[in-house]
Amino acid sequence: MIRRLRMVRAQRMTIVNAMLAFVVLIVILQLWLLTATMNAYLGGDTGTVVPAALGSLACLGLNAGLLWYLFGLD
Amino acid sequence: MIQNQRGVEGPRDLDHGTTPPDGRPIAEQPKWRRDFPIDWAQDEYVSRRELVKFIVLTSAALVVGQFWIVFKSTFSRRPALSTAAPIARVDELSIGGAKTFTYPEGSTPRLLVKTGANSFVAYDQQCTHLLCPVVPAFELGRLHCPCHNGWFDLETGRPVAGPPQRALPRVRVEVRAGTVYATGVEESTA
Repeated sequence: MIRRLRMVRAQRMTIVNAMLAFVVLIVILQLWLLTATMNAYLGGDTGTVVPAALGSLACLGLNAGLLWYLFGLD
Repeated sequence: MIQNQRGVEGPRDLDHGTTPPDGRPIAEQPKWRRDFPIDWAQDEYVSRRELVKFIVLTSAALVVGQFWIVFKSTFSRRPALSTAAPIARVDELSIGGAKTFTYPEGSTPRLLVKTGANSFVAYDQQCTHLLCPVVPAFELGRLHCPCHNGWFDLETGRPVAGPPQRALPRVRVEVRAGTVYATGVEESTA
């Protein structure tokens, strides 16, 4: 008999809380990146625009990965 | 024996909470029932999970914003101005005097300041903080934005004090035969 191993609610709450902290930190980083890039762009410096966009995209990938893991918990 | 959430001993365990009306376990319930649980503890888990989803959506919106800047910087380059336009006569202003003008025609107001017998500087008159008009403070060698007490260096246009973070866009000027010409605009540099 195959029994699916499920985490108890308390364990899932701990994980989701930790994940929430990570995701919030990453979004704050992205927000800082956006404001810094906008400031540089308006100041005439376009050299940082593409690397910043790729960095932000990587942050989204990390967030999406965490969300994917969270879906896997249910 | 396990206590339920009201502190009363009962058959319910903390992981599964209240048994749904059809008697099947939570994992076998339809999605709508799992998303709107009966017990507070389960509800707290669902609300945290939904918050994570919403924040990831915010993360996606920030990426869209970043790529919007990439789009703007790639496809919205402003054409370089090459035509010269007369904006003042040399003897029209005394040293330290200033005059507003537009260049090119229809632009935001620019400010021309005479800094020497035959030398001039010109900048966009809008403060790079919140677009208030700047005024010359020639004796201090600065330009002043009175709205929020911002200061710019008169020679370079760079911010030196107050809230502005970016330099004023500079208008290139040349003196030819007693007339001051605007010959181009340099975008603000940080």
